[in-house]
Amino acid sequence: MPKNKDIKKVLVIGSGPIVIGQAAEFDYAGAQACRVLKSEGINVVLVNSNPATIMTDSALADEIYLEPLTTETVARIIEKERPDGLLAGLGGQTGLTIAMQLCENGTLDKFGVKFLGSDIEAIKKAEDRELFRETMLKIGQPCVPSEIALDTEAAVAAAGKIGYPVIVRPAYTLGGSGGGIAENEKSLRKIAANGLELSPITQVLIEKCISGWKEIEFETMRDSAGNTVAVCSMENFDPVGIHTGDSIVVAPTLTLSDKEFQMLRSASLNIISALGIVGGCNCQFALNPDSFEYAVIEVNPRVSRSSALASKATGYPIAKISTMIAIGYNLDEIKNEITGKTCACFEPALDYVVVKFPKWPFDKFIGSSRTLGTQMKATGEVMAIGQSFIEALMKAVRGVEIKLDSLNCAPINEEDIFTRLSEQNDVRLFTVFEALKSGVPEETIHDITKIDRYFIACLKGAVNLEKELTDNPLTKELYLKAKKSGFPDSYIKRLTKENKLPEFTYSYKMVDTCAAEFAAETPYFYSCADENCEARALTRSGKPVIMVLGSGPIRIGQGIEFDYSSVHCVWTLKKTGYDVVIVNNNPETVSTDYDTANRLYFEPLTEEDIMSIIEVEKPLGVVVAFGGQTAIKLTQFLVDNNVKILGTSAQGIDTAEDREKFDAFLEDIGIKRPKAVSVNTSEEALIAAKTLGYPVLLRPSYVIGGQGMSVARSESEVRNFMKIILSGKISNSVLIDKYMPGTELEVDCICDGNDVLIPGIMEHIERAGIHSGDSIAVYPPYNLSESLTEKITRTSIEIARRLGTKGIVNIQYLAQEGELYVIEVNPRASRTVPYVSKVTGIPMVDLASRAMLGEKLSDMGYKSGLAKTAKYYAVKVPVFSFDKLLDANTIMGPEMKSTGEVLGMGRTKTEALYKGLTASGIDVYEIKQKKNRGILISVEDYDYSDAIALAEKFTDLGINIFATPDTAKAIRARGMDVTTARNVWENDDIYNLLENGTVNYIVYTGAIMDSSVGDFRLLHRKAMNLKIPCMTSIDTALALADVIAADYSQEKTRLIDIND
Amino acid sequence: MKKAYLILSNGTVFEGCKIGADCESIGEVVFTTGMVGYLETLTDPSYAGQIVVQTFPLIGNYGVIPDDFEGKCAVKGYIVRELCNYPSNFRSEYNLDEFLKSHGICGICGIDTRLLTRILREEGVMNGIISDSKEPDMEAVKNYKVQSVVEKVSSDSLSVFPADNCKKYRVALIDYGFKGSIIKCLQSRACEVLVFPHNTPSEEVLKAEPDGIMLSNGPGDPAENLYEIKQIKKLIGKKPMFGICLGHQLTALALGGKTVKLKYGHHGANQPVNDTFLKRTYITSQNHGYAVVSDTLKNIGREIFINANDGSCEGMSYKDLNAFTVQFHPEANGGPHDTEFLFDRFVEMMEENRNA
Repeated sequence: MPKNKDIKKVLVIGSGPIVIGQAAEFDYAGAQACRVLKSEGINVVLVNSNPATIMTDSALADEIYLEPLTTETVARIIEKERPDGLLAGLGGQTGLTIAMQLCENGTLDKFGVKFLGSDIEAIKKAEDRELFRETMLKIGQPCVPSEIALDTEAAVAAAGKIGYPVIVRPAYTLGGSGGGIAENEKSLRKIAANGLELSPITQVLIEKCISGWKEIEFETMRDSAGNTVAVCSMENFDPVGIHTGDSIVVAPTLTLSDKEFQMLRSASLNIISALGIVGGCNCQFALNPDSFEYAVIEVNPRVSRSSALASKATGYPIAKISTMIAIGYNLDEIKNEITGKTCACFEPALDYVVVKFPKWPFDKFIGSSRTLGTQMKATGEVMAIGQSFIEALMKAVRGVEIKLDSLNCAPINEEDIFTRLSEQNDVRLFTVFEALKSGVPEETIHDITKIDRYFIACLKGAVNLEKELTDNPLTKELYLKAKKSGFPDSYIKRLTKENKLPEFTYSYKMVDTCAAEFAAETPYFYSCADENCEARALTRSGKPVIMVLGSGPIRIGQGIEFDYSSVHCVWTLKKTGYDVVIVNNNPETVSTDYDTANRLYFEPLTEEDIMSIIEVEKPLGVVVAFGGQTAIKLTQFLVDNNVKILGTSAQGIDTAEDREKFDAFLEDIGIKRPKAVSVNTSEEALIAAKTLGYPVLLRPSYVIGGQGMSVARSESEVRNFMKIILSGKISNSVLIDKYMPGTELEVDCICDGNDVLIPGIMEHIERAGIHSGDSIAVYPPYNLSESLTEKITRTSIEIARRLGTKGIVNIQYLAQEGELYVIEVNPRASRTVPYVSKVTGIPMVDLASRAMLGEKLSDMGYKSGLAKTAKYYAVKVPVFSFDKLLDANTIMGPEMKSTGEVLGMGRTKTEALYKGLTASGIDVYEIKQKKNRGILISVEDYDYSDAIALAEKFTDLGINIFATPDTAKAIRARGMDVTTARNVWENDDIYNLLENGTVNYIVYTGAIMDSSVGDFRLLHRKAMNLKIPCMTSIDTALALADVIAADYSQEKTRLIDIND
Repeated sequence: MKKAYLILSNGTVFEGCKIGADCESIGEVVFTTGMVGYLETLTDPSYAGQIVVQTFPLIGNYGVIPDDFEGKCAVKGYIVRELCNYPSNFRSEYNLDEFLKSHGICGICGIDTRLLTRILREEGVMNGIISDSKEPDMEAVKNYKVQSVVEKVSSDSLSVFPADNCKKYRVALIDYGFKGSIIKCLQSRACEVLVFPHNTPSEEVLKAEPDGIMLSNGPGDPAENLYEIKQIKKLIGKKPMFGICLGHQLTALALGGKTVKLKYGHHGANQPVNDTFLKRTYITSQNHGYAVVSDTLKNIGREIFINANDGSCEGMSYKDLNAFTVQFHPEANGGPHDTEFLFDRFVEMMEENRNA
């Protein structure tokens, strides 16, 4: 069927903030969808609360709503915009769930909105476990024996029938939240109770545990005519039991014979046909490694993380083609863009191997459990392409930025090797490698880990090669062998102790969907050690070349916003007349879409890998300013190798990044910053802290998202934090600042070398000490005097100029008692760029990129100084993934912990804040409907005066005050009514208050020490399960009080189309 | 490992390591893009006379599983990037190198198979030699032709394969180098299969009173098989007939059509084929170097399948003659089973013919 001509306006629902289980892949999918719709002449209405996305860019949609992703708000947008169709399969589980609710509550019918793609029945059949099993039974597809349970007793009964161990899977939760494996009744009771609480429909599945089976996935497509293809097969390195998002994954499958492969391929196609899927669909199987027995694990009737991976692994754009199918095209009517000739109704043939490696946040949550299971914990991932499993794996490991360039990794605990092999954690690959090195037989490793013998044998090959390199002189032949196995030079040098390596250059091969069967037109490359290089042979346009470095895997502190900036930079440079080459290794992103830049190199962002691409591309310069710390930290190396850095000079970057040089710089231009001392040991730190006076802020240089930063209030805290920082092998010195709890302010400046444009100032609600990424930020500032505004403007201009900024620079300030201090300067695009661009309408990356190339701001139509304030308030609210990391310390501090953010826009600060909080999952209005409301306050003694102010404010709002004994005493001393609740470690008082609905908000400070963090963790976990907001900063709570005082509801806000 | 060379007739030299038997071999070099199914490829008699290149770089991972053999291993040589000597699969009995050795097949590994594939794509299939020397006798390579291969792979006496369950039909399979899966597809559909050697006179086939006639796949240039074509001419229309691959080409030739050699053929498991009746597209397994020119059969048959990539003929229906033929492999192995329903169609034809 050709395109459906009745569809003229389509609503696309995004996936909201980045959380564990839902990352940039949906921006990639959504951006592709928007582009397809626009190119088909369809009017695109977009709703997404995540401002850091590319899909919410003015160029990608006609009407853009940065509004809360709730059924109520989306329904209002439908009422206002009256779209003909709704595209729900591209916004992850969030988008799909909202679409289903809108269908079920009649909104879609009421406004005549057609559900595009898979219809509601198909989605229900895939999502509802019971319906799914019925359907599978009908078509003879085996499922894992399981039973649905609605309460704990039923769960126990079910497990009795099925037999332990069992897996508990809560219904309708993101990334399998709240699931787990239960070995016996006792653990089942615990896991099931938690799962039931987390499931929005209070339902869990008790399933036979088939851990040890192979986990195989197929990415499939089906059109409404019934044509089906399996785009890509994937095999998990880790057997069933570890969430696929936390598994190392290879594509295509490497250990299946044609019989097993076709059996599962046919099964996937039969499944999507039986479900009636229209578009992309992911099918997951468990395969018994010792027979043909298999079971369908689950089916995702939408694009997913796996489909993004499959798209990048094969060159087949699943989201794009899903969208075309959704608007009526059939697969055989769509062309394969990569070859330009062949048909999209085909299955890509790979002539390489792809390895995906997850990026976990354990470096941010020291002490939290690194055990992997059915609950996904990774925040992001990298993908690597090679001609063998080992080559691709080596690239993936060095690209995932865990400070490794080989498979040698120090053990994370003291257990013996066999115990460690049995631990399913983030370092198991390295443990297997270590075991092989120490002579543990391959069969023993297989018995313990159930990792397929093939993969273990490949690792054994790498062990042997390592030994060969250590024991023998480095011949050219041996060196080439090492390069073919993906060994980086740094590793080879270490093994051979040779400093001079034989001559070698990488070649680049094309990803072309067809294993060279047809000539391809899309320059998408990966490196290998062959002689023949397809990138060098490519006909060039003759335009000058610029290389843009991407930002690598999504992690806390470096998220999707950097992909936004990289992509915009690429677009601008292309428009300006350059051939742009992008290097990145994150498969979830728009930047690694094959048609974003002129040429894409899917490679790790390491020194050796980048230099060899530079040799091929000979760019006139490299852009490091938009790829976050990943790109910035390569600056000095590139300069040392005579590569030109476009924009701010390497010297300027170093001045800003190196804390000591930075201090000198500020002193030189007469700008204050909190007093600081640079130290290298705990002893030095203690002396410094004493001199500065407590509290102090400890921070290492050259880090992302404040990694390793802490506020210390006592000697023991300093000792504790220094131990953690120094154990993280951070080589640069640690800086100790006087901690000043003033107001934090932030600006991004665009500088052409002379003129400096400041699009806007953001003011943080939480006072300094909480990482800017975790603070609620308000634009424009709401509490800033004219003189201070003026001072910030002047200082920013001065800093930008004196640093020699050409492009963009981010400056963070602290205002205390009328004085302005500089906290830090980031000589690159920051995480605030996308949303400030969207709110102010100033295309910041575009201007910065052009300034980098030498254009003057005045010629681009902008004046120096602070830009005119935009017409709306915008409030950025952080979003955390603590429900996925149950044992993480969730107290806010100078180390960033949020995984994503949402934006609320409004006519007033309060309206914007209301929307932001709603979008982040705190429904103030709903809580307000309750008759008796209460707030629990439990703070450290240094917070008493603030706690009293807070109690007053909440009392005025008619909210009952509860407090832990000491806090209560302090509040009561001021004559306020307060009910004392015993501390968590004393009795269940607080839990009862939470459970019976007496307490609706929690404010908790302190708990940075190991002794108290456990209590807080338990409290917070309980609060999360009950969806009770838990604030760890009094400032957040004060702002919340303002919102409670105002009379907003989701019906009463103004919907803002930022494209208006 | 011993050094070895692949030298193409255009003079390109690839240096790699010898795998399999320690000998030299000349053949027509073709590439296949299937990512799994190397055993089925190696034992597909249609590759007779050819040196096969696997575009997927890792071959041998699941070892050798004799149950998965399709037929005689008739390849002249084997080219892979990386051969796995530590296979892992519950059915694997030994490794692929041993398989090659035991079949006397030499091969080469460690070469840039993508570059080789690109050369074949750009210049078309060409002869090559796997040699121990960098400078072998190239005359022999240039003069090599894939010839009289059907007789090399076909059986030389009649054999009978019983139906899986209660027998309902008897099918005469003319063996030009058949793949075992064709028989399995028929057996599972209540067919007893009588396999006749390629040069069986038509009368003898009909004497067995089959319900239908199946023309198998096979190697080489279809136009070479003059005797076989003549027999088909005599068989067609007498009984329901279903031809696969070479069987498809021979039928076309028997009806006065023409075949043409493709530049580099279709070898793989991902070829899209349009069904011109049902307006559907299927993913098929293919292995052929020649194609039927459907225009030459305009008034005789109807093109029922077309390759969605290059528009070449993938299937013909000769309704009046109660026959249909396909270029691709509905029996799969290796490759997708999406078109196995064609065997049901054949069975229906036999049923209808019986009732008529």
